[in-house]
Amino acid sequence: MSKPKVAFYWCASCGGCEETIVDLAEDILGIVEKVDIVLWPVAMDFKYKDIEAMPDKSIAATLLNGAIRTTEQEEMAHMLRRKSQYLIAYGACAHLGGIPGLSNQFSREHMLKFNYEDAPSMANPKKTRPQLKFADGGREPTLPELHHVVRTLDQVVEVDYYVPGCPPTPKLTNVAVTALLENRLPPKGSVIAPDIALCDECPRKASKPVNTSFTEFKRPHQKLMDPNLCLLAQGIVCMGPSTRSGCEAACIRGGMPCTGCFGPTSRVRDQGLKILSSLCSNVAPKENGEIDKVLEGIPDPVGTFYRYGLAKSLMRRKVNLPVK
Amino acid sequence: MQSTKENIRIGFYVCHCGHNIAAMVDCADVAKYVKGLPNVVLSRDYKYMCSDPGQELIQKDIREYKLNRVVVASCSPLLHEHTFRSATAAGGLNPYYFHMVNIREHDSWVHTDRGEATVKAKALAHAAIDRVAFHKALETKTVKINPDALVVGGGIAGIHAAMTLANAGKKVYLVEREPSIGGHMAKFDKTFPTLDCAACILTPKMSEVGAHPNITLWSYSEVAQVDGYVGNYKVRVKRKPRYISEERCIGCMDCISACVFKEPKFEDEFNEGLGKRKPVYIPFPQATPQIVVIDPNVCLNFKRTKGPDGTPIVSDRCKKTCVEACGDKNAIDFTQKEEIKEIEVGTIIVATGFKTFDSKRVPAYGYGIYKNVYTALEIERLVNASGPTGGEVILREGKNPDGSPKHPKSIGIIHCVGSRDKKTNVWCSRVCCMYSMKLAHLLKEHTGAEVYNFYIDIRAPGKGYEEFYNKLLDEGVHFIRGRVGEVTDWAMTPEEEGKLVIRVEDTLAGYVRRIPVDMVVLSSGLEPQADAQDVRRLFNMSCGTEGFFLERHPKLAPVNTFTDGIFIAGACQGPRDIPDTVAQAGAAAAEALVLIDKGFVEQEPNTAFILDEECSGCKSCIPLCPYSAILYDETRKKAHINEALCKGCGTCVAACPSGSIVQNLFEDEQIFSEIQGVLAYD
Ligand SMILES: Cc1cc2nc3c(=O)[nH]c(=O)nc-3n(C[C@H](O)[C@H](O)[C@H](O)COP(=O)(O)OP(=O)(O)OC[C@H]3O[C@@H](n4cnc5c(N)ncnc54)[C@H](O)[C@@H]3O)c2cc1C
Repeated sequence: MSKPKVAFYWCASCGGCEETIVDLAEDILGIVEKVDIVLWPVAMDFKYKDIEAMPDKSIAATLLNGAIRTTEQEEMAHMLRRKSQYLIAYGACAHLGGIPGLSNQFSREHMLKFNYEDAPSMANPKKTRPQLKFADGGREPTLPELHHVVRTLDQVVEVDYYVPGCPPTPKLTNVAVTALLENRLPPKGSVIAPDIALCDECPRKASKPVNTSFTEFKRPHQKLMDPNLCLLAQGIVCMGPSTRSGCEAACIRGGMPCTGCFGPTSRVRDQGLKILSSLCSNVAPKENGEIDKVLEGIPDPVGTFYRYGLAKSLMRRKVNLPVK
Repeated sequence: MQSTKENIRIGFYVCHCGHNIAAMVDCADVAKYVKGLPNVVLSRDYKYMCSDPGQELIQKDIREYKLNRVVVASCSPLLHEHTFRSATAAGGLNPYYFHMVNIREHDSWVHTDRGEATVKAKALAHAAIDRVAFHKALETKTVKINPDALVVGGGIAGIHAAMTLANAGKKVYLVEREPSIGGHMAKFDKTFPTLDCAACILTPKMSEVGAHPNITLWSYSEVAQVDGYVGNYKVRVKRKPRYISEERCIGCMDCISACVFKEPKFEDEFNEGLGKRKPVYIPFPQATPQIVVIDPNVCLNFKRTKGPDGTPIVSDRCKKTCVEACGDKNAIDFTQKEEIKEIEVGTIIVATGFKTFDSKRVPAYGYGIYKNVYTALEIERLVNASGPTGGEVILREGKNPDGSPKHPKSIGIIHCVGSRDKKTNVWCSRVCCMYSMKLAHLLKEHTGAEVYNFYIDIRAPGKGYEEFYNKLLDEGVHFIRGRVGEVTDWAMTPEEEGKLVIRVEDTLAGYVRRIPVDMVVLSSGLEPQADAQDVRRLFNMSCGTEGFFLERHPKLAPVNTFTDGIFIAGACQGPRDIPDTVAQAGAAAAEALVLIDKGFVEQEPNTAFILDEECSGCKSCIPLCPYSAILYDETRKKAHINEALCKGCGTCVAACPSGSIVQNLFEDEQIFSEIQGVLAYD
């Protein structure tokens, strides 16, 4: 019997997810032995047209990381969907939109202008911008077009499973791949991580008092943090209570708060709203002016509560942006 | 979204409510639209769904068409949700398979375009049709009612409510913040319109309260904390130290005469500062309970500086002639401390009354600037036979040439001070016209002075009230229609010299007049108590925009609040006179008796519960519950909701950051499908 074919692909992402695949270390060799990798742009040279030529569903599983921002990414997502039995959204960007999803707060024009003209590090006196097409010595190369908004993978094509995280941990990746290889799959649409919030496995759980209320919020660099006390009890925004567990509280063990990359539990449609509702309900002052003072400690609420989840949230984007 | 596997069969009914809905909403068109929605088996419009035939229609349809969901679009659920749930149950379905759409208060009554109102009705109906598919069968639970009751505030409202309950054989705790019960009424000489002596009708009731075997009277006390729910409230009452043992004091008042202060020297609150009292005192002769109080702020046996927690410190520097006089009774106890009493009651009546508007807020009327400008309450004390002057009306400022106290020869009474005025309070205080006329009569009777009433409108709607007004006209009291511009001592003519001049536009005569008088009386309006917001929070009630406690329904539930088992009576709910106050107090007592004598209440099953496996134990919900219904289970490291305490407010459900708290009747899929439904119509 021939080995199952597997594809890795990346869309709007930073490359960190690819790093995790490599981080599987010895395990990767075991996996590589058992599968036949047909596409992995970051590590191997394959041509899209070879994939195009394969029969539909001939790839057992595609692990796709990154959000969908460009026409090319959308095209590839559709093609890989067609060719794969299982399409797996791998990592926070494919799962929730991730960091690229934060750009849904701004128009495409706003972003291009900033990046090619206004950014302090930009030297572009002619204000040149990327062109979709241009003529160069008789050739006419093209570039993919940017969509108006960033979408999650499942807002573009049907997704079978999600491996959460920015990036996913090697352990969870291993769980997912093993489940695939051994055909022990959870119900379609599952996120491959426990469906309980991070506090459950947090080493600081017991240190949180039952009556935690907020008189101020501080960002990690503004405070000398107690290494054992619940971060929320120290007034540091920690997304743990509204974030799926499974990372074994890696950030908190490293002394930093959870920023929410595993996304919400299956019962929550909007992670940011949920943590907002929880934190705000527990703000100590009851008068407007004083409440505002406490909230001043969170200068970038969208970046704090929707760091990974904006594209997947109920709002998805700034109201007046077109969808595509 | 349809996750339910059962075959959903919805019956939909849209009610005309006579013309109330049908005039603004095309009910037949709504029924036609809903007929075409998923899962709808039948859709009807009907004149009065709440009528017997309307309810029978639902029952018959459930049986004939095998309906398993019912939606009625009609009035507010507050009015008829119960009616239709009962009809659904009578048809053989679980009552929680019913859902109600409000197309009257939320639609026909608030819109003026029939086409758009009809569209809105359809959208609301669509929302309900989508939602009701997710409804589940639920059980109502019953809770027992503790038969003991608490009445807060010992004005005439609290007194009457407490007496009514006690006479019905119920045990009542009456908590009053001042040293004596009686409230405002205890300060009055006579009451309008009958002019019967206030003391004669009030004090017998007060002593009855003091002596009633079923009433525990705690004066000089305040409610500090309320926990629990209808039928089972746990209340902590703070008893302030009066430095007198209530058990031992017999009310002989020997201590007062024996006090080292030979003369009363300190401002007397009960007499609005017009009289003086000693450090040991009784607020007024008929005070109930007949127990003296020691004021540690002025008593020589206490230090002038307080302890770190604000408690008075005994100095032991006084000769304590009072203790000597008390002798064997040994009732004086300088070491008394604040005490907290815990009680359990099933029902609570809040009757904390009102405060009068601070007349200094209208500086043009000169209160606090000119000594001979008085508030109405001051006049109540001044004309009172047991008041600081024994009922003699003497001016604060000015003496006769022979040095004797001066009596006013002309008096101006200004109505609506701090009422009906955008700059202060917009509402009419309802009693001021009447009490102004009462004071006009009493002042004229006591002094023979010329009395002028300055009014905007005379409001005398009540039994015998208009007659009282006519009587005043006959007595020769002057009525000048117009809002007073100012009160000034700036004389423009020799006749105005040494007088207070009231400048007013006489809107009947049509010119500006200056009326010089010796005494000005300000008929200050009625306002919510200064601590009304704290009291509201304590008892989990609501306040209207003006700050008076809000009744559940202005017509149909005037003494109920939005918290079951907590009732309101008297002027804490809005300005009112004594007859209305007493009627309302009786009504509040009757409502409490309904609960007590029934013995139990059925509880809405809209409670929240924790998904145990899914709870991460993050503790976010614990401090939020206003009913203290959530506990953290230390052994299992998870939150737990005590269902009996949960009132279904939804606070924890919204705040649970991992979506692990669910509320019956407000499950996410119910709410989201409702939102989708309402947005689906276009
Ligand atoms: C100048 C004037 C003259 C009036 N003359 C008449 C008249 O002639 N005839 C007439 O029918 N009406 C008259 N009224 C109206 C009358 O005063 C009210 O109708 C009546 O007092 C309302 O009674 P109540 O018990 O609701 O409130 P209140 O009389 O205000 O009594 C409230 C009681 O609750 C106590 N209390 C308040 N807060 C707390 C708390 N947190 N805890 C415990 N106890 C608390 C207070 O100390 C007080 O004893 C007059 C009003 C005014 C201002």
